[in-house]
Amino acid sequence: MKIFMIIAAIYFSLIFLGAGVATFYLIKKELGQDPLVLVSKFLIYYTVGDLLMRLFFQKIPIINIRPLLTLPIKRSTIINFAIGKTMVSFFNFIHALFFVPFCVVLIKEGYNPVNVILWLLAIWSLTYCVNLLNTLLTNKDSLLIGFVVIVLVLGALQYYNLFDITTVTGSFYYGFYTTYYLFLVPIALLAFLWIATFKYFRKNLYLDTGLKGKHEEAKTENYTWLNQFGTMGTFLKNDIKLIRRNKRSKTTVVMSVLFLFYGILFFSSGIEAYQGPMMQMFAAIFVTGGFLFTFGQFVPSWDSAYYPLMMSQNIPYRDYIASKWWLVVIGTVISMLLSVFYMYYGFSIYLSILVGAIYNIGVNSHLILLGGAYTKSPIDLASSKQAFGDKKAFNVKTLLLTIPKLLVPMLLYGVGFYLISPEAGLAFVAAAGILGFAFRNKMFTIIERVYKTEKYKTINAYSQKN
Amino acid sequence: MIQVSNLRKTYNGVTVLNIGHLEIPQGESFGLVGNNGAGKTTFFSLLLDLIEPSNGHITSNHVQVNKSEGWKPFTAAFLDETFLIGYLTPEEYFYFIGELRGQNKADVDALLKKHEDFFNDEILNKKKYLRDLSKGNQKKVGIIATLIGNPQVIILDEPFANLDPSTQFRLKKIIKDIADNSTTTILVSSHDLAHTIEVSNRIVVMNKGEVVKDIKTSAETLQELEQYFAV
Repeated sequence: MKIFMIIAAIYFSLIFLGAGVATFYLIKKELGQDPLVLVSKFLIYYTVGDLLMRLFFQKIPIINIRPLLTLPIKRSTIINFAIGKTMVSFFNFIHALFFVPFCVVLIKEGYNPVNVILWLLAIWSLTYCVNLLNTLLTNKDSLLIGFVVIVLVLGALQYYNLFDITTVTGSFYYGFYTTYYLFLVPIALLAFLWIATFKYFRKNLYLDTGLKGKHEEAKTENYTWLNQFGTMGTFLKNDIKLIRRNKRSKTTVVMSVLFLFYGILFFSSGIEAYQGPMMQMFAAIFVTGGFLFTFGQFVPSWDSAYYPLMMSQNIPYRDYIASKWWLVVIGTVISMLLSVFYMYYGFSIYLSILVGAIYNIGVNSHLILLGGAYTKSPIDLASSKQAFGDKKAFNVKTLLLTIPKLLVPMLLYGVGFYLISPEAGLAFVAAAGILGFAFRNKMFTIIERVYKTEKYKTINAYSQKN
Repeated sequence: MIQVSNLRKTYNGVTVLNIGHLEIPQGESFGLVGNNGAGKTTFFSLLLDLIEPSNGHITSNHVQVNKSEGWKPFTAAFLDETFLIGYLTPEEYFYFIGELRGQNKADVDALLKKHEDFFNDEILNKKKYLRDLSKGNQKKVGIIATLIGNPQVIILDEPFANLDPSTQFRLKKIIKDIADNSTTTILVSSHDLAHTIEVSNRIVVMNKGEVVKDIKTSAETLQELEQYFAV
């Protein structure tokens, strides 16, 4: 998986690098405006977008604080080290790839070098300010939501030409270039944020405050209505509790909602690249597949912390697998029902979503459970007890593992569409789904066998704690 | 009840367990002692088919442990926190285990009531998930859970460790009560020689993966063991 992350990193680096060089010439040629002015104008959205990306993707490096507390190391040293560690991140480095070439081009094209450098310094400090802001905001979900709301509102206002905030902020950013001392403002802001972050962490560096770890009040729930399903009901009960009571697993529900809305990008004719018929099938699978992919992928890894218990108790593997299968199927069906709003785009769109759901239930559910039986990465459900730990659990790996499973239905649809008609494409995919559903029991037997053959390796892998 | 035949476990050429022959009859209270690295946990893991034997096998009630799953319905164990489900409350965990062993809520409640003292009012109805309990309390939950459904084989790995003195006392009583029951076979490993002698009627000493002593508990056993471990 790390390979994919590295490839993605290189890909984005190249994009930024290329953009850094090309932006100047593009703006000058295509739009005929002063590139620096234009870039400055939209930098506000760039900064905000950066913050949002970081909130989702940038992991605060985990430093195990407790053992350091009793060593002869000054607390301020620990805190500064921790904050400094967040600064050394790909998310900071990548901006340099854009801005440095951009400024080199600016200087080459005759802009005053001193001013350009000051502008660069200012933007650079702002990048680090965003970094620290992310560190502070990461722990406060309410602030995040408020932030997103404000951004969406301002963006909408600008889109509908009601209020253009970029005129205000643009001159501010451009001011870094024109006025000599303005660049000191972001630097001062940076210093201020560093001190604020420092103070926040210093207060929380005690065993009974930030390092304590949150203990929520627990409620014993019996879900007696599930009792009628026998052993499967027993496992379903546990799975529901697992999803509700662990942050890592709660995100699967959030993801399914996000996936549900992802289809809008495709079906609203907004983006050119997404218009092909095969991409429509791609989207259709995505829309109902959120929970299936994000949860199903890690079965049985969700139970990794207590896998020895599961393996030594009187638990028939078949019932275990069947209960997980039912869970992802129910999730898919619920997504299918909720996606009814896609009717707005026409019945044929919703039909493709339904077909996608059938395929998900019939084929992908099995594939994902089968794949999960081979994936041996343990999952730490427990909440982090470290002040600097990563409290968000958004996982890029999940996204990467999902993509291959989308290709087959796309191909099936493509074959039908291009050879016969769109309806045939849909029929092919639906038929594949129904076929897969019919082979359900055979698939369960296969998966059960994999569980048995992989048992020792899996137990060993789960017991490795890194 | 339990038969060990030519059992060997090797990691990277190093043999960590080598028991040629061992037989544990039904109803025995079996104590396993040894220094760290003696192979106690390895033996229990093999007994529960959590690791694969390099050679040989274990049979429990005529069921070969690594070939069939028939031993699972009558075997209960608590080795470490990987036998607990952290996001459940103690009650939910007990009911879960109960459901796996065919016990209904009332049966489980009766058992919990019987061991009220053991819990010392720190476990039930405390609105805490298992992951938020102290290590000692988590252990208490794991130990009592092994009693649900009256399994024929109970395996406890170092149950006395991390328990406070009163709890250790109560645990000894619980194990002795089980030992008096002639149908239940209980295996306990421990670093505490005195506790083991009190609860077991047979003690096996292991060192570097091999059985070095196999004695029936008597008045001289404590002295014998202390002499062996003295440096």
